[in-house]
Amino acid sequence: MKTESVLERMFKAGHLAVTSECGPPRGALPEKVREKAEMLRGYVDAVNVTDNQTAMVRMSSLTACILIRQMGLHPILQMVTRDRNRLALQSDLLGAYAFDINTMLCLSGDHPHFGDHPTAANVYDLDSIQLIQTVHTMREHGKFQGGDDIANPPKMFIGAAANPFADPFELRVRRLAKKADAGADFIQTQCIYNLDKFEKWMEGVCKRRLHENLFIMAGITPLKSAGMARYMQKKVPGMDVPDELVKRLAALPKDKQAEEGITIAVEAIERLKKVEGVCGFHIMAIEWEHRVPEIVRRAGLYPRPAV
Amino acid sequence: MITAERKPIQEIMNLVSPYKNLLLVGCNECVTVCSAGGRKEVALLSSALQVAFMKSGRIVHIQEMTLERQCDPEYIEQLVPHIDSVDAVLSLACGCGVQEIARRFKEKMVFPGVNTKFMGASERPGVWAERCQGCGDCLLGVTGGICPIARCSKRLQNGPCGGSSKGKCEIGPDVDCAWQLIWDRLKALGLQERYETLLPAKNWRNGRGGGPRKIVREDLM
Repeated sequence: MKTESVLERMFKAGHLAVTSECGPPRGALPEKVREKAEMLRGYVDAVNVTDNQTAMVRMSSLTACILIRQMGLHPILQMVTRDRNRLALQSDLLGAYAFDINTMLCLSGDHPHFGDHPTAANVYDLDSIQLIQTVHTMREHGKFQGGDDIANPPKMFIGAAANPFADPFELRVRRLAKKADAGADFIQTQCIYNLDKFEKWMEGVCKRRLHENLFIMAGITPLKSAGMARYMQKKVPGMDVPDELVKRLAALPKDKQAEEGITIAVEAIERLKKVEGVCGFHIMAIEWEHRVPEIVRRAGLYPRPAV
Repeated sequence: MITAERKPIQEIMNLVSPYKNLLLVGCNECVTVCSAGGRKEVALLSSALQVAFMKSGRIVHIQEMTLERQCDPEYIEQLVPHIDSVDAVLSLACGCGVQEIARRFKEKMVFPGVNTKFMGASERPGVWAERCQGCGDCLLGVTGGICPIARCSKRLQNGPCGGSSKGKCEIGPDVDCAWQLIWDRLKALGLQERYETLLPAKNWRNGRGGGPRKIVREDLM
């Protein structure tokens, strides 16, 4: 084992891992964090905590991670390179590890253009791959990016994101290879709706044998309605929602669409379980955390194995 | 070139409003090429200001001059015979030119008439786009001649983020994805393998991160 991460143990025991996410509140509301995380207890192995997602100010990911860790759950610290430079990122990692947080996800983050502070300077001192390298160096060599030794270096299980649906498609396997080279241990993908395209990407991944060194978790976001499906299809960059999914939801009365969305998510998990290289599922039920247990149960991923 | 855009006339009027005798100084270099502060723009702004001030019942005298290069002390000297007869200077050069005037004429207020924008190139008539951020450590040799620092909205150095769609950046349909451009070019050159070179954390000290920069060439001193 490289780390004490429960996620690493789950992967190495050969189980399909399950993670979900908790978006911290837009206020100093620790109860909100605990409420959301509590819904996931027992149904997921670890909980991603987003870092000012969509470039909106929220309670810091690190703080929410600490709250969740104190509940006895396992948070995954998401870190974007948009808001903080290498000094701040590394100091937060020391803080996280001091609170027994040992799993993290390296991201570049949404551009401030999308958020509630569009006039903010974006930092991008590091990109996501350089952050992976930094965290890896801290763990494997016990050194800061600047070269100095770290006393009790944080041993983080290092996650990264992959979006097989963004362009240019032909570069997406190579980009994953770069993340593996930089030191990533696991991958959580963008929400998968176009299963054929995802499988094509995974073929490329396996052909390069990247799956032998990377644990790849397939991203699942249940669609709540035909409206949400259309919005994701048209408005969210790098999202690929096939027309037939939109039609399938739109064909039903409004009060039946949410249920169908859950069924679509469960079907996707069932199909993706059979894809070579898929090691688990990252269920991002945006403001729909209470439906996660049902998805996990129906997808045959419950109870979670003890490791 | 360094690109610039003229400030709105109302803002310029507010800046210079306490002064009655102005020296309006253009520059014959970059700001002429990008039609923001050359001889022609000096003449246009001069008349526009005089008309606008006259409408508000004020007479403002404006002397017009356009220097060969406002960022060069040698040419700034040409202002000496005129400077005593004015209360303030309004410069249409980039920020470098404005500061050269401020440095040379310590007792004269100088105002910028343009907003200096970026180092860029002309894409087509009337359109200029950013190309370089002067990071001080050029990596165009590994990115196929297209700069991700200047042209990727997140200045990502190791490839496109998940927001690249149909060749465009996630921030808007008018912005090309720099990494799509880089990839297309590497492919055209048969150099796809170059993409897989990991670029480690950048040394921003060569850029603005290290504080104001200077080039010292002893061979020319």
